[in-house]
Amino acid sequence: MSANLSAIFYLISGVLFILALRGLSSPETSRQGNLFGIIGMVIAITVTFLSVGNFSTGFIYVLIFLLIGGLIGAFIAYKIPMTAMPELVAGFHSLVGLAAVFVAISAFLNPEAFNLGSSGNIKLGSLIEMSIGAAVGAITFSGSVIAFLKLQGIMSGAPITFKGQHPLNALILISILVVTYFLCSTQSSNLFWILLAISFLIGFLLIIPIGGADMPVVISMLNSYSGWAAAGIGFTLENTALIITGALVGSSGAILSYIMCKGMNRSFFNVILGGFGATEQLASSGGKEQKPVKSGNAEDAAFLMKNASSVIIVPGYGMAVAQAQHALREMVDTLKKNDIKVTYAIHPVAGRMPGHMNVLLAEANVPYDEVFELEEINNDFANADVAFVIGANDVTNPAAKTDPQSPIYGMPILDVEKCKSVLFVKRSLSPGYAGIDNNLFYKENTLMLFADAKKMTEEITKNL
Amino acid sequence: MEIDPFIFRLSIFILSIFIGYYVVWSVTPSLHTPLMSVTNAISSVIIVGAIIAGLAGNSNEVFNISSTFGFIAISLAAINIFGGFLVTQRMLQMYKKKKKDK
Repeated sequence: MSANLSAIFYLISGVLFILALRGLSSPETSRQGNLFGIIGMVIAITVTFLSVGNFSTGFIYVLIFLLIGGLIGAFIAYKIPMTAMPELVAGFHSLVGLAAVFVAISAFLNPEAFNLGSSGNIKLGSLIEMSIGAAVGAITFSGSVIAFLKLQGIMSGAPITFKGQHPLNALILISILVVTYFLCSTQSSNLFWILLAISFLIGFLLIIPIGGADMPVVISMLNSYSGWAAAGIGFTLENTALIITGALVGSSGAILSYIMCKGMNRSFFNVILGGFGATEQLASSGGKEQKPVKSGNAEDAAFLMKNASSVIIVPGYGMAVAQAQHALREMVDTLKKNDIKVTYAIHPVAGRMPGHMNVLLAEANVPYDEVFELEEINNDFANADVAFVIGANDVTNPAAKTDPQSPIYGMPILDVEKCKSVLFVKRSLSPGYAGIDNNLFYKENTLMLFADAKKMTEEITKNL
Repeated sequence: MEIDPFIFRLSIFILSIFIGYYVVWSVTPSLHTPLMSVTNAISSVIIVGAIIAGLAGNSNEVFNISSTFGFIAISLAAINIFGGFLVTQRMLQMYKKKKKDK
């Protein structure tokens, strides 16, 4: 296949990838979009086979390795529980990063195969692009591995900080640039390995100081990195499909990081530099005195909701941990039978990754037109009778509005307090992820339901 | 004077960033998780590089260092491609079911 013809096919697959993302603008068109994505991928892979045109033994091995990976991927995709999506995505990011590194290594060792010159005499431009792709890929890989370990709970979610961390990171980043410069001027393979090693190291160091609560930002950021790594490799291979995709994914991840940061009212740099851990201890030690709390049982909650005309449900990550989404939907079904209007309010940073709560509710068969984002629903709290907060905490904390001392001050919150009554399903009074006390617990119109989210929801349903 | 082909690729790259910017802002927030899994899948189009690398070994020596890295990269990218598209499909399917229920 001629180079021009294959370039046109790569362009087509790039366009199909754009349409895949475009489809996600509404659930109606999203499945079609996904199909476009799959077609785009099939075209890209087929064209690559045809353009290399080498159907020797190597070809069979390519198919075998493709099949092995494909089977593993398909198996994971069918087995993975929806609650584990953040881990899965972090894991997938690490694979993109590692694949980028391996392709770069392969191209560096055998540049003839990629038309990049000869070993030890690689075209300067290609070498620069290759180094960028390899370095960003390595950062994506080690960063994602840490994010994965933190999300899985294998590694503590607490930020790991040490003295001189920022200067060290800055030093490594500068040395990456220096090494890249000398690599390009000397073509030394030793420098190439050093570049990879320090890039792995910096990816690791960049993510360890970031706390568990900031994982939504981290995942989005790594999403973005994986895109830039792909784009870097795309430039090396002079492949339009890869360049387009890399740019799409890179900007997608960047936008998601921005949305997540805004949801927490924190600057991107603040998250990256891992400043949250420091304020945590201060805040939680402050509010230790006992304040009166009204607590109730399932009967009280059922009574309140039965007499309501509208209920807003505020789910948080705690709901996912307790696997309470199905029980919750059953409760809502019962409420709806009693002609009570029920809607769901979702905070941008509810859950561990962008849109995580929506997927969990969708899995429990909650119709997506009953689920609303913060801006859409926040004014409705004042007119609602009951807010049912299940597994969420910080995103409802009024301190974000009233207390300039609070670490979450300025963060947009769901105005749960404006409801006539608030039901809080929680296991204890312990503070949330941000480590701060929630004044909402002590309000006159708040009823605390101390129990496991799933059990409590089931019991309420029985009492309705 | 002729324009370096790199400039053309750079143009594609920059314009694609803008396309990405506008397309992604129009994605509804409730589909942000499928967005991440599908971007994951499509960024694994890096497999094209891996295939070239894998096929580069000659018939006497299918596995040299360079092609071996290529082969491993093929598997890694394939996990992502199949896993990414299928898990996205699975999620999007859940957004459909309820529509029928209603």
